[in-house]
Amino acid sequence: MSGTIDTDGLHGAGGPFPPTRHSAIGRSRSLDAGERQRALGALIESYWKPAYKHVRLTWHADHEEAQDLVQGFFAHALARDVLQAFDPARARFRTWLRLCLDGFVSNERKAAGRQKRGGGLALLSLDFAAAEDELTRAGGAGVEPAAGTAPGDVFDREWTRSLFELALERLRRRCGEAGRDASLTLFLRHDLVEDGAAVPSYAELAVEAGQPVTQVTHQLGWARREFRVQVLAVLRDITGSDEEFRDEARQLLGIVPT
Amino acid sequence: MTFLPDRTLHHLRDLLAEPDLSGTRYELLGLAGRGGMARVYRVLDTELRREVALKLLDDAVLAPDLAERLVREARIIARLEHPGIVPVYDVGKLPDGRVYYVMKLVRGRRLDDHLRTMPPLRERLALMERLCDTLAFAHAHGVIHRDLKPANVMVGAFGEVLVLDWGVAKRLTRTAEHDDAAEAVDSAGVPGSPVTWPAATHTARVGAGDFARAVTEDDDTLTDHGTVLGTPGFMAPEQAVGAIDRMDCRTDVHALGALLVVMLTGSVPASAEAWRATGVPRPLAAICRKALASEQASRYADAREMGADLRNFLSGRQVSAYREATWERALRLARRHRTALLLVLAYLAVRAALLFFPVR
Repeated sequence: MSGTIDTDGLHGAGGPFPPTRHSAIGRSRSLDAGERQRALGALIESYWKPAYKHVRLTWHADHEEAQDLVQGFFAHALARDVLQAFDPARARFRTWLRLCLDGFVSNERKAAGRQKRGGGLALLSLDFAAAEDELTRAGGAGVEPAAGTAPGDVFDREWTRSLFELALERLRRRCGEAGRDASLTLFLRHDLVEDGAAVPSYAELAVEAGQPVTQVTHQLGWARREFRVQVLAVLRDITGSDEEFRDEARQLLGIVPT
Repeated sequence: MTFLPDRTLHHLRDLLAEPDLSGTRYELLGLAGRGGMARVYRVLDTELRREVALKLLDDAVLAPDLAERLVREARIIARLEHPGIVPVYDVGKLPDGRVYYVMKLVRGRRLDDHLRTMPPLRERLALMERLCDTLAFAHAHGVIHRDLKPANVMVGAFGEVLVLDWGVAKRLTRTAEHDDAAEAVDSAGVPGSPVTWPAATHTARVGAGDFARAVTEDDDTLTDHGTVLGTPGFMAPEQAVGAIDRMDCRTDVHALGALLVVMLTGSVPASAEAWRATGVPRPLAAICRKALASEQASRYADAREMGADLRNFLSGRQVSAYREATWERALRLARRHRTALLLVLAYLAVRAALLFFPVR
């Protein structure tokens, strides 16, 4: 037996993660205006809620102020091409964005220019009321972050939530396209039950669906695998580099970095 | 967009943490156990329609040497076909790059759980004997376990003993002499033939440095010298200081000694010197002391030798580790030949009766 064991030749061996493709961050630097716009839209879609909740809870801003600050931040970022300054070698994108947001909020508060905030910049269509409602449902409105919470914890937690919510939307679309509505229903019934609600057993789901249990587990397995694919796809979009994507994937997939 | 409450979010994260077995012949049934660097899942082999265990590394990308170690573990176990060693069926890689191997799903209790009820001494010693047999088989094939402890031993419903977790096992260099030893053990089914793994012979005829060179393992590049692998309480002194090139069968013997103490007393010995046998038969205590000796040369050469001494105790023969007094020897022989002795005594009693009360 040699000292080095080749694990690449094992059956089932594939690349550890999907092949690299350009993320939304990369595409946001595209020369094509349409491509750039779509990429920026994808980034804002992923990051505005974590940003809003971060400003609400960490900066103790009220709903109105947080709304103005987040609007102002993204409008400012788009207008000034702030994203061009991101260097993947120096930080992960979400950390960098949060620090940019913190800097923006700090400056804005010093200038105390709520009226000026976003002045002359196009307002983005963001559903702040829904975000506020989520904070209320989560019991987070007007409360202090838990003791021992690091400055970026709220942002990171909400970033994960946003990522999963976007992946869920993509899963819905994918199931619709693939004619796998039954799989989606099972996934929603079994894996997305509300807090406190009883999780139905496979046998109960089988009775509900009028299918054998094996069929239920098979369909549920498909939905879970597809959800995983969508999580990775969203993650690919909103991370700044291949290395960052891998690191985030490792954490999200429950693999403990050593 | 659907809002995901914290609990749902945690559940989804747990889901993602489960291995993606797509592209394999296995279906996930649940988590069976978790170790320091790997998890064991209960899975269904969809082709053979049977439940098996799938051991999967937590991370293969950041620590590729762990992947090599897992494959090495699988290959080591695959070579050790013995009833006391869980058979490996398959090895592969998941789409996320993590390495796994598939083995028989072991049903039973961990030794530490089993010992909570403290079964009768004879039953505990029988378990120990089987454990020694299993390790003797591995030693005869040039493999040392290096992490023997109650958590790595399973006891089946019928008293079968299975040694688990060969993740830090070490292969010793093979020689023709070792092959003969392995062949003899294979043919005997259980160790018992007069075969010797070279630990004893090497130490007898060469110095420590020569021995280190003689048994330098071929695949321990995964373990740097000075790295401590093992579990306190069961680790031999040479293992505790990370002296990899000094580890051999006697390193396992030390752990077997600690296991024997656990079986006898229910607790792990702090050290051989500190351990005081209370209520333990002296020959058994001597076996423990010999196995736990700080000096490698003072221990049993391998598990076969230790197992033989245990068998000696169980069958009433003299234990090599214990120098018994004349009265102890007489008592042991009397116990061992109790039936014959009783017959002789009965015969003598009858003769005496006939002598004093002759039949007219």
